[in-house]
Amino acid sequence: MSGGDVQSGAGALRSSAGPMQEDAAHRAALRARGAAFVQRSLVRLAAVLTLAILLSIIAYIAVMGLPHISGDLFSFSYNSMNLSLMPALINTLLMTVLSLAIALPLGLGAAIFLVEYTGRSNRFVQIVRLMAETLTGIPSIVYGLFGLLFFVTALGWHLSLLSGALTLAIMILPVILRTAEEALKAVPDAYREGSFSLGAGRLRTVLKVLLPAAIPGILAGVILSIGRIFGESAALIFTAGTVAELPESLFDSTRTLSVHMYVLASEGLHIDKAYATAVVLLVIVFAINMLSAFVASRLTKGGGEGAGHA
Amino acid sequence: MNTKKEIEMPEALTLLELPQTLTGEERSLISISKLNLFYDQVQALHNVNMEIYPRRITALIGPSGCGKSTLIKSINRMNDLVADCRIQGSILLDGEDIYARGMDVNLLRKRVGMVFQKPNPFPMSVYDNIAFGPRTHGVKKKAELDALVERALYDAALLDELKDGLRRSALALSGGQQQRLCIARALAVEPEVLLMDEPTSALDPISTARIEELALALKERYTIVIVTHNMQQALRISDQTAFFLLGELVEYNHTLQIFSEPEDPRTDDYVKGRFG
Ligand SMILES: Nc1ncnc2c1ncn2[C@@H]1O[C@H](COP(=O)(O)OP(=O)(O)O)[C@@H](O)[C@H]1O
Ligand SMILES: [Mg+2]
Repeated sequence: MSGGDVQSGAGALRSSAGPMQEDAAHRAALRARGAAFVQRSLVRLAAVLTLAILLSIIAYIAVMGLPHISGDLFSFSYNSMNLSLMPALINTLLMTVLSLAIALPLGLGAAIFLVEYTGRSNRFVQIVRLMAETLTGIPSIVYGLFGLLFFVTALGWHLSLLSGALTLAIMILPVILRTAEEALKAVPDAYREGSFSLGAGRLRTVLKVLLPAAIPGILAGVILSIGRIFGESAALIFTAGTVAELPESLFDSTRTLSVHMYVLASEGLHIDKAYATAVVLLVIVFAINMLSAFVASRLTKGGGEGAGHA
Repeated sequence: MNTKKEIEMPEALTLLELPQTLTGEERSLISISKLNLFYDQVQALHNVNMEIYPRRITALIGPSGCGKSTLIKSINRMNDLVADCRIQGSILLDGEDIYARGMDVNLLRKRVGMVFQKPNPFPMSVYDNIAFGPRTHGVKKKAELDALVERALYDAALLDELKDGLRRSALALSGGQQQRLCIARALAVEPEVLLMDEPTSALDPISTARIEELALALKERYTIVIVTHNMQQALRISDQTAFFLLGELVEYNHTLQIFSEPEDPRTDDYVKGRFG
């Protein structure tokens, strides 16, 4: 290892100072080398362990699920024979698009307001930030109960796609807000100065210079949110219900893939199908991640290498 | 004229040949009077009075923190972006008070362009960088934008290097090219004044020389105010030089006068490299 070479090289240089010092220097070098070795090994072990745990989960799900993937698992309508995941899959996508359509404009707008239109040490900003941070940490069941009381009961929207989507939108709003805020703050002030110095107003600066530069960060928040939506079951069982059909309107009850798996697993009769569904869910999440990475690289092409963080 | 060993004076020029711009014969373009500027409680500029003449290069020199950037940013009101920045006194641009109530700041910044210390092209193509300003001010037609972009590139001495690379990312250019691109970007909105805040401090000597050449060429049509740390640079390109110390304008005169026979001993110390 090169680190070791440098250490012993330093020891050799010092050897002219006398045998005593040489000995001490040599021992110090050995000790440093030993410490470095231990540190490296620990870090490596942690990495290997993490990877091993992840891989074994994936492998376990694949082994349990793959043999049970069959054609009728994807048939267009659900019945207790085929246990099709197709309606749930489509519902998941609907739920995702709907929640994002509500939360993204709100969260992004709020982030723009907080970063670009108010002072950085503004009192109000600090309160909003504290609230957002708190809200990100709340268990999703709390959102579910709120959705149940407010959308389902008080507004009378029943267990429905809309109640579920709004509940999820509230749940991911702080995530989107925080990530978009960080992304905007990471855009160098030099871009703001450049834009203002050319006579551009604040809105134009935000829309044409800052947002494009912040897109990778914003997208990261969106991906995180999609992950939470795909993985959510508790909040949805209370707000969107568990009907395994495609909704005919916003006010119909639906189940997403996660809820679908929860129901299959809790009924206990179709564990194999639950695993098969899990495989499909994994593949989709993987695909979404790949897709958004691709989109991010596409969107930042105009800026070339290192766009937005030069 | 005894102690100016370290500064080479162009031989042909003598003080007698200088344009008489500081004596009031010519009308100034920018007139700064009784300017006091505070950052919160700290006063960064003390009663600055200064006339800046059209189609000249005016250099601002002085040690770090003496308020050069602060002054230059007051001329296009970039200081508005700093919270707790207070300004007293007035700056007139062509007779119009730029801090007057009804002033359109965006329009002011269109008239007074700025180039920064570190090149700051946007993360977009070369073309979009230059077209940003004109688009901001309402130019939409492709042909018109194309012409403006080409013109700005030509004026910034970049056309030959970049005319086939308009779609390239501006961030892929060299530092010197990026700075000239920023100059082109500022020129594309057809300003009257160009403010340059140490535009060459991040550049190598060759790129620096090119920017200096460019500044000299541009003063035919623009009024240039340049902040520089480099006294040779002030001497090479500027007509007037203003020396600042601790937020005060110590001395303002023809550049050769400032460098050869300054009136104030503090100026003398600074230009001869005794401090700063
Ligand atoms: N945004 C700011 N907020 C508070 N103080 C500032 C700010 N910008 C500059 N100053 C202070 O104003 C003084 C002048 O700074 P500046 O104009 O940047 O000097 P120069 O460009 O000559 O180096 C310095 O003391 C500096 O600390
Ligand atoms: Mg400065």
